[in-house]
Amino acid sequence: MKRWETVLVILLIAICVINSLASPYFLDVHNLFDSTQAFTEKAIIALPMTLVIIGRDIDLSVAAIIALCSTLIGWLATLGVGTAGLLAASVVAGTAAGAFNGALITRFRIQSIVVTIGTMSLFRGISYAVLGDQAYTSYPDGFDELGQGTLWGLVPYELIVFAILAIVFTVVLHRTVIGRRLFALGNNPDAARYSGIAVDAHRFWLFTVNGALSGLAAAFLTSRIGATRPNMATSWELDVIAVVVLGGVSIQGGRGTLPGVILAVFVLGMLTFGLGLMNVPGIMMSIVTGLLLIVAIAVPLVIQRIVPRRV
Amino acid sequence: MLIAILCAMVMAIAVRAPVFLSAASLDTLITDGSILAMMALVQMLALITGGIDLSIAASMALVGMATALASRAHPGMPVALTVAISLAMGLGLGAINGALIAAIRMPPIVVTLGTMSLYRGAVFLVSGGAWVNAHEFGPGYLAFPTDRTLGLTHIAWIAAIVIVAGHVLLNHARAGRELYALGGNSSAARYVGIDEPRALMRVYCLTGLVSGLAGYLWVARYAVAYTETALGFELQTVAACVIGGVSTAGGKGGVLGCLLGAAFLVIILNSLPMIDVSPFWQMAISGAAILAAVIVNSRGEARRGKVILQRATAKETA
Repeated sequence: MKRWETVLVILLIAICVINSLASPYFLDVHNLFDSTQAFTEKAIIALPMTLVIIGRDIDLSVAAIIALCSTLIGWLATLGVGTAGLLAASVVAGTAAGAFNGALITRFRIQSIVVTIGTMSLFRGISYAVLGDQAYTSYPDGFDELGQGTLWGLVPYELIVFAILAIVFTVVLHRTVIGRRLFALGNNPDAARYSGIAVDAHRFWLFTVNGALSGLAAAFLTSRIGATRPNMATSWELDVIAVVVLGGVSIQGGRGTLPGVILAVFVLGMLTFGLGLMNVPGIMMSIVTGLLLIVAIAVPLVIQRIVPRRV
Repeated sequence: MLIAILCAMVMAIAVRAPVFLSAASLDTLITDGSILAMMALVQMLALITGGIDLSIAASMALVGMATALASRAHPGMPVALTVAISLAMGLGLGAINGALIAAIRMPPIVVTLGTMSLYRGAVFLVSGGAWVNAHEFGPGYLAFPTDRTLGLTHIAWIAAIVIVAGHVLLNHARAGRELYALGGNSSAARYVGIDEPRALMRVYCLTGLVSGLAGYLWVARYAVAYTETALGFELQTVAACVIGGVSTAGGKGGVLGCLLGAAFLVIILNSLPMIDVSPFWQMAISGAAILAAVIVNSRGEARRGKVILQRATAKETA
């Protein structure tokens, strides 16, 4: 119990062993790589979300940003914009939406949970206003490669992008002064400000980056499912937050590691994949996630209570 | 301030569509707003202590589904029993939250995020994913909430009782005043001898209790129970609270503000069709309204600026 990551590794191994015993299709390289596509978009957003939560904030609008960006690129596609243009537009729109969050939060000093509840309705609402009960389904040739394509017919591009981003974020959080500042402001924002950290600037950029990667995830998701509907990615924000918390990040800020979150991504992903192979309906996953989240946080607290703390 | 905005809004709508102020339309407004008002009120209890309850909509769906299944199996079931079951079940679900928060000391947002998935999944589990449709309910089950006493629907009366009880609790009972103390400064509250775990347990049991009842009312009002009942409603209750000036950081908020916030949301959502705005605009407009309301609210608070550096720069510009 010394390190949360150890627990997650053991959990991940246990899940993989149980899965491979339960289904002959689990330990297949193609199937395994294929299964990662189901959670890569959420995993991409989990990276900046980890930073946001460590900085003692929260962003509930990420799924709505996906709907907004997807609506934008769906519309641009009808105007004949190419794949590269769509990808860029999605990231730019996501960045703008995230910056909007960040500006409201830092400028008007409103709590991030309140602002992002509002923008969550606003962003998804715009998508509904544009699309109503319609959907965009036509995209340029080659756009499907983005979310469905693979390297050497095996490794999905999405997973490669996630891996690169994961390394970048881990280095930034754990090896640079920016990361140290995030921990400082998450632990005590006032003290951080007194020690000369530009707290508001950091928070603004956290939300902007969170928006940018939500925009990227939107392009991947749209390409993967080949359609834009206003209700796409509903309640993903809570899935993403759950994975971050499961990864050992304190919801009160100031504590957590990215390797933990990345492990949690795979724990939940492999669990979902295994349950899918066993024909367990998708919504049952919500029970498992809920239980896992509560047990994962409760057990260390209970142990701390029972085992007297060493001085 | 909010009252002025509300009046202006009602007037503007009434000018566009005089039918909005008709008795029938106001009656629908009150009935629709009642569930939101009572749920926003209990959400406020959690917010005042510095917590939050994200599981209330899932609790509503689970209790609603359970009572719906019971009504399908026993159409003649008396309403009193249905109400008793929904209260008891809601209390039980709330007590699970309360135990995790008060006894194990987990953060409320994490606990209720977890139980939200859990309860929502449980709805699927007990129903097998099937819907309970209008014709399958017992007649008493569907009739009671929308029946009238003294001209108002029972939903409205129940909400009124919850609101009065909430007012008494928060303003005239020690148990309620303690919640403000806890949210304002929990260590100070502990030093003056407030039993924090007990108070928190009470709060989450209350939110559960009222969610249970509201779950039955919701299902009976819309005459259908399914896995996605009231999906996303938890955030609407939080939105109503923050519009009404309740702070999500704890320690601040009142019954009147909370009711005005709920009224604000309901009026916006209900009046759009009357002024010929497509219902698809609902979500965007309510989002913009939430943001506008909290920005207006925040101007009043910003001056208090906790941070010394902030105050210094303000003085310079002054």
